[in-house]
Amino acid sequence: MSKAKSLWIKSGRVLDPGSGFDKVADVLIRNGRIVSIGAVKKPPVGVELFEARGKLVVPGLIDMHVHLREPGREDEETIFTGAQAAAAGGFTAIICMPNTNPPIDNQETVQFVCQKAEEAPVKVYPVGAITRGRQGQELAEVADLVAAGAVAISDDGDPVRNSEIFRRALEYASMFHIPVISHCEDIDLRGPGVMNESYVSTILGLKGIPAIAEEVAVARDIAIAEFTGGRLHIAHVSTAGAVELIREAKRRGVQVSAEVTPHHFSLTEEAVRTFDTNTKMNPPLRAEADLQALRSGLADGTIDCVASDHAPHSSEEKEMEFDAAPFGIVGLETSLGLVLTELVGTGFLTLSEALAKLTVNPARILGIEGGALSEGGVADLTIIDPEVRWAVDCQSFRSKSQNTPFEGWELTGRSVATIVGGEIVYGRQEDEN
Amino acid sequence: MALKSKHLLGLEGVNREDIQLMLDTAASFKEILERPIKIVPALRGITVANLFFEPSTRTRFSFELAEKRLSADSVSFSKDSSSVRKGETLKDTVRNIEAMRVDLVVIRHSAAGAPHFLARCVDASVINAGDGAHEHPTQALLDMMTLREKYGSLEGLRVVIVGDIAHSRVARSNIWGLNTLGASVAVCGPKTLIPLDVEQLGVDVYVHLDDALEGADVINVLRLQFERQTQGLLPSVREYIRQYCITTERLADAKENLTIMHPGPINRGVEITQEVADGPYSVILDQVTNGVAVRMAALFLLSGGGV
Repeated sequence: MSKAKSLWIKSGRVLDPGSGFDKVADVLIRNGRIVSIGAVKKPPVGVELFEARGKLVVPGLIDMHVHLREPGREDEETIFTGAQAAAAGGFTAIICMPNTNPPIDNQETVQFVCQKAEEAPVKVYPVGAITRGRQGQELAEVADLVAAGAVAISDDGDPVRNSEIFRRALEYASMFHIPVISHCEDIDLRGPGVMNESYVSTILGLKGIPAIAEEVAVARDIAIAEFTGGRLHIAHVSTAGAVELIREAKRRGVQVSAEVTPHHFSLTEEAVRTFDTNTKMNPPLRAEADLQALRSGLADGTIDCVASDHAPHSSEEKEMEFDAAPFGIVGLETSLGLVLTELVGTGFLTLSEALAKLTVNPARILGIEGGALSEGGVADLTIIDPEVRWAVDCQSFRSKSQNTPFEGWELTGRSVATIVGGEIVYGRQEDEN
Repeated sequence: MALKSKHLLGLEGVNREDIQLMLDTAASFKEILERPIKIVPALRGITVANLFFEPSTRTRFSFELAEKRLSADSVSFSKDSSSVRKGETLKDTVRNIEAMRVDLVVIRHSAAGAPHFLARCVDASVINAGDGAHEHPTQALLDMMTLREKYGSLEGLRVVIVGDIAHSRVARSNIWGLNTLGASVAVCGPKTLIPLDVEQLGVDVYVHLDDALEGADVINVLRLQFERQTQGLLPSVREYIRQYCITTERLADAKENLTIMHPGPINRGVEITQEVADGPYSVILDQVTNGVAVRMAALFLLSGGGV
């Protein structure tokens, strides 16, 4: 850059969950860094002004669990379009899972993702595979993956079935201070299941995935993490039993963290009654008691993060029989609205607690920059209108895919601007949905 | 009178009046089936598509015959959905139905919810002729019609459904319908074939056959699929037979006017012995006859008849 670019975010409510800072203030940004938080008395010449009165100014949101489909299924999403969806949803950084085709299990593929990410509007951090080809047999070259830019390892989409391999993965990853993100699922217990096993699956005649398919795996992984001292992060927690296992493990001092998706704290298996394939995801939507346990787990800190598990699928793939449709829904453009409406609006979490799940907590777990507002720190910020009411309209999504169960939902609160490295990468127009 | 719903996707949520209406209409159509010229012009000009994505002889014939008796124009499609790429055919079908201006669609599919998918996408009325393990409403209606003929009312009747409850659409539709008409329903089968929380449907659950049969007025025997053994749900078919096969000996203390039903096709000697299937308690062939009448009623009422 030839000349210093500066941005003056004026009179917003500046809220930094990590430090507890919460005041109406100006934020002055120059050269991609936050210069000052406080009243700006003498604005620099040529400064761009962003009027933020009545808005929240928070650290850039981080979604630590997305699927970007590139390489392999660029018809459903690319790194670029996924990043656009992230920017529109208020995220300044996303962490993409390695279940692409080919999978992100070697240095070249990590480099490919990082290279693509350079053109993307937000930061994209790849997760490397735990095992070669995500086959669960041999460890991937983790040192290489980390050197190329992977921030964690995971075989997400599938569990590592072999407990010995999983043990070695936790041990090996600990040398690089990265977490192992586990998709906790006992494949045999899941069987051909397509929804939560319960009274609802009994009525619908759909094959059930019992809660124990998740809980058995969570218990195993916690035991292995406790034994090895490795860092375990449990992806998309969905059952009350899993929440309790994690709570107990944390009490014992096990290095375990966890995330929950917006759909698991907003919807229950009742939504499946329509046979709408946008209610089919893995783990499945669970019972009301599970939803309540997830909210309690968020409130007491058992669950550290909210992550969308953004899983784009083409409409061709989703428009079919429930049994035959793929698992997964998009989430980047509804995540923040659901957090604000379903968790903050209902009083389960304070605004600061909720935003911590989307900022400082994932940043700490992954050891990445951002997630905080500080003078001299990186200028990744999200500006939120907490009062605006809006309706979810999948036609307006920046994502290439529209598979959402929240179509038509009325939500309160959404991002109005997304700032990455001091640049406004997304700004919502007044009349824009 | 007319039905409250545009489609017949299941008996869940269908009220007593609508079930009675379908049964009453079926009874009057049955009278036509006894005539020398078994045809009425009730559905003249109405086009029906029968889409059978799963092998079926009895149900398909029954629907086709019902359509002929009502003078409907009908076309049939029969394809094992396991032999076509999943999803593709159903979506193509939706487009074809729209293009061909079909009024009524009868669909049988191995995937639960396939008829609901159709109903969402097309203007035609949809009749579910069996979707996976979900529902099979016309089967339950013909079962209820058969019982109503014999007992007059279903109020207080003790109906025991025996066998693979977990995978049975017949069981589910029967439970909804029988409960709505005031019968008392029990299910019986090995624990591994009883779906989770089924008692919340308002049924008594038994795992031992002799306990279940005590005081039964009706035994509805379900077909056992042999693949349950390879799926690890049963140790062996032999053991199933020893525990759950309906035999003459098992019926030693049965009520005098006991009724034995079976939705067919029967595995003789597995879930029921030949002797019982063809014996005095059996109404299995009456069920087949009533199947045509019930399907005539459903087609007629959903095409706007009876208003």
